[in-house]
Amino acid sequence: MANTPDSSPSGAAETQPRALGSNATARGPLESVELLSGQPRRRRDRRFRLLCIGTAAFSVLILVGLLGSILIQGLPHLTWTLTTNGPEPDPQRAGIRPAVFGTLWVCLICGLLTLPIGVATAILLEEYQPKSRIGRFLYGIIQLNITNLAGVPSVVYGLLGLTAFVSMFGLFGTAASDQDTQTSRYEIGVRYFDQFFSEGERAILIPVDSASAPMTQPVAGMTALNFYGEEIQPTVLSPGQPLPTDETLQYTLYADAEAGRITQQAWYYFSLPLGRGVLAGALTLMLVILPVVIISSQEALRAVPGSLRAGALGLGATQWQVVWNVTLPSAMPGILTGSILAMSRAIGETAPILIIAGIVYISRAPQHLMDDFTVMPLQLFNWISRPQEDFHSLAAAGIILLLGILLSFNAVAVLIRQKLHKPLS
Amino acid sequence: MPAYRFSAHFRVASMLTAAFAVAVLVTGCAPESFREDDSGTRPRWPNPELQGKINIDGSSTVFPITEAAASQFRQRYPNVSVNVGVSGTGGGFKRFTRGEIDIADASRPLDAHEFSMARAAGIAAIELPIAYDGLTVVVHNDNDWVDQLTIEEIHAIYAASKAAKRWSDIRPGFPDRPIQPFAPGTDSGTFEYFREVVIGHDESLRSDMSTSEDDNVLVTGVSGSTGSIGFFGAAYFEENRHRVRAVPIVDPRTGRAVLPTRETIQSGEYAPLSRPLFIYVAKRSAGRPEVKRFVEFYLESAPELAAAAGYVALPPAIYQAGLSNFRNRRTGTHYLTAEGEKRAGAVMDVFQTHNLRED
Repeated sequence: MANTPDSSPSGAAETQPRALGSNATARGPLESVELLSGQPRRRRDRRFRLLCIGTAAFSVLILVGLLGSILIQGLPHLTWTLTTNGPEPDPQRAGIRPAVFGTLWVCLICGLLTLPIGVATAILLEEYQPKSRIGRFLYGIIQLNITNLAGVPSVVYGLLGLTAFVSMFGLFGTAASDQDTQTSRYEIGVRYFDQFFSEGERAILIPVDSASAPMTQPVAGMTALNFYGEEIQPTVLSPGQPLPTDETLQYTLYADAEAGRITQQAWYYFSLPLGRGVLAGALTLMLVILPVVIISSQEALRAVPGSLRAGALGLGATQWQVVWNVTLPSAMPGILTGSILAMSRAIGETAPILIIAGIVYISRAPQHLMDDFTVMPLQLFNWISRPQEDFHSLAAAGIILLLGILLSFNAVAVLIRQKLHKPLS
Repeated sequence: MPAYRFSAHFRVASMLTAAFAVAVLVTGCAPESFREDDSGTRPRWPNPELQGKINIDGSSTVFPITEAAASQFRQRYPNVSVNVGVSGTGGGFKRFTRGEIDIADASRPLDAHEFSMARAAGIAAIELPIAYDGLTVVVHNDNDWVDQLTIEEIHAIYAASKAAKRWSDIRPGFPDRPIQPFAPGTDSGTFEYFREVVIGHDESLRSDMSTSEDDNVLVTGVSGSTGSIGFFGAAYFEENRHRVRAVPIVDPRTGRAVLPTRETIQSGEYAPLSRPLFIYVAKRSAGRPEVKRFVEFYLESAPELAAAAGYVALPPAIYQAGLSNFRNRRTGTHYLTAEGEKRAGAVMDVFQTHNLRED
């Protein structure tokens, strides 16, 4: 290590400090003496280099160790079953499909909501600087709050989301679940039915107007719909009467049969309050990552040279033209980098979703914005805390899948960033 | 023109995102495949005609049984969606009394406070025991001195007032080695049950022990050092028989030391550390066709489901009694007296119609 690589390019630079050093000693003994002697100086430099390499290698080794153990444990279990099945008690058949779709839904919606709001806020704070003292004071308060919010634990956002989005402060009624017939909520894209299940195991559906309509009682001669929406005339028997043996059994009910209210929700189903659905989860995650997106977008905008703005303004461009045509395109790569980091955080966030959704067994992927969901980290956590060793391996395979999704999200963002990136000159 | 190039790229980017989103939505919304059969003699299962949603939440101890029931129920009625959460027994009851869920999983019977909360909210619950869990006390495999433990000795290890530091403090014959106690997290029903039986409510557990919400961590901890001791549900011991050793516990009533096994737990010999697990069904949900079929299916298959999840099945008479209570909508709890006192004992003794405190 006598001839270290760092000494070779600094041949010219080496003379300079030495000259400076001799100058310094000429001035007085208090000035740096060490600069004179080259050996300890270079040794210190080498030691610092080694320290940097050491710390970098340490973190990389930990990462390699973690990834390695996950890959070794998980790869044999990374099968199609994992991506096509829902959670099951049997590790051989268990999959993570509903959670994968839950994660994709939540993160896509979260990203679509966060980017415009975050970037717009950053533009306001950076490009539209206030002129008055009161304005500057207000801006200062906003800035301080955003910086503070970036450090708030995500559980707190979960609790906030529970009152602000899930129940909406009780402003729109307090319907606890969508089967709740006592209270009403505002909704579109839903049809209500009273469902009887006949003695022949067929569904008999009676459309009702609203969630709070009185429960249907079976009466002779009532008309109803079957599962396929065709009109039928169910037979109603009084209790104790013998059941028919022919095909009318299909739609035969006893008069004491009970109905259950069910809902059929269209893909555009929307309700207020939002309930424990995908949208409430995405909005809560938005709160978690919004400060990060705003701050990184601000940094990116600040890095755009002022001369560009001044030039555009000097050519007669309006503020809007400057932002849209000059500042934003130049800052886009930086904004996207910040957003990638923020989305990576959102995809792995467990605590707020545990509070909002709280579901770990769900067999269906979400069908609309208000639908129940779970996300991958929740499913993985549940598998890891199981007693069976097989579930731990399954969780490892799920982690690989989660990493894959995360990396492909990031790849898309990096691709867009590369496309947008162009030199400022 | 930079402006033009930017918006072109922006358009590409947004189109990419939109295409991705649409692809996700389309694949996510693939409907359940229905078996069309108009011949009249349709196969009984799977039957797509029954629709609806059942919301369940509560104990993580009961979760594996409920998950198994939900997953098998899906084979029969694929269009009934059953959602199961794990908010813990207390958290599940809270949601239950708010009317958010149809069924609450519980690793202990509801207490007087929860009972009155539910009554105030006008939500009556049907109490259904579904399995036994034998709380297992375990030590390190190389621990050759502990042949059996009494409740007092366990108390001396875990209670804050005693907090024995060395094994020799427990019993004169034990070696002079340090004790390392492990315990499940304080929010779990397992911890609460242990506290109630061994420590009592007037005293607290020692604070210098290792706790973890994840029972696998406890297994690893106990198997890590010779002087350690811990406790958790039977399912975790079942999966880790080779790593830790179960300790026979002396029943204070009979004075006999009993090892937790399927037989001793079911017969009630393993006492007082075995406990029943429950589901509570909301009365107002019980009439819905999908809930009715789910609960009946749950009770019918509970013996196999419990065994598969590492728990012990209850005697058939208990399931029969539960089923008849459910069909007759008999609400209330068997575990509180009319004065609101707790009632304890083997399920066979407590789960009797004359003990039912109706609400």
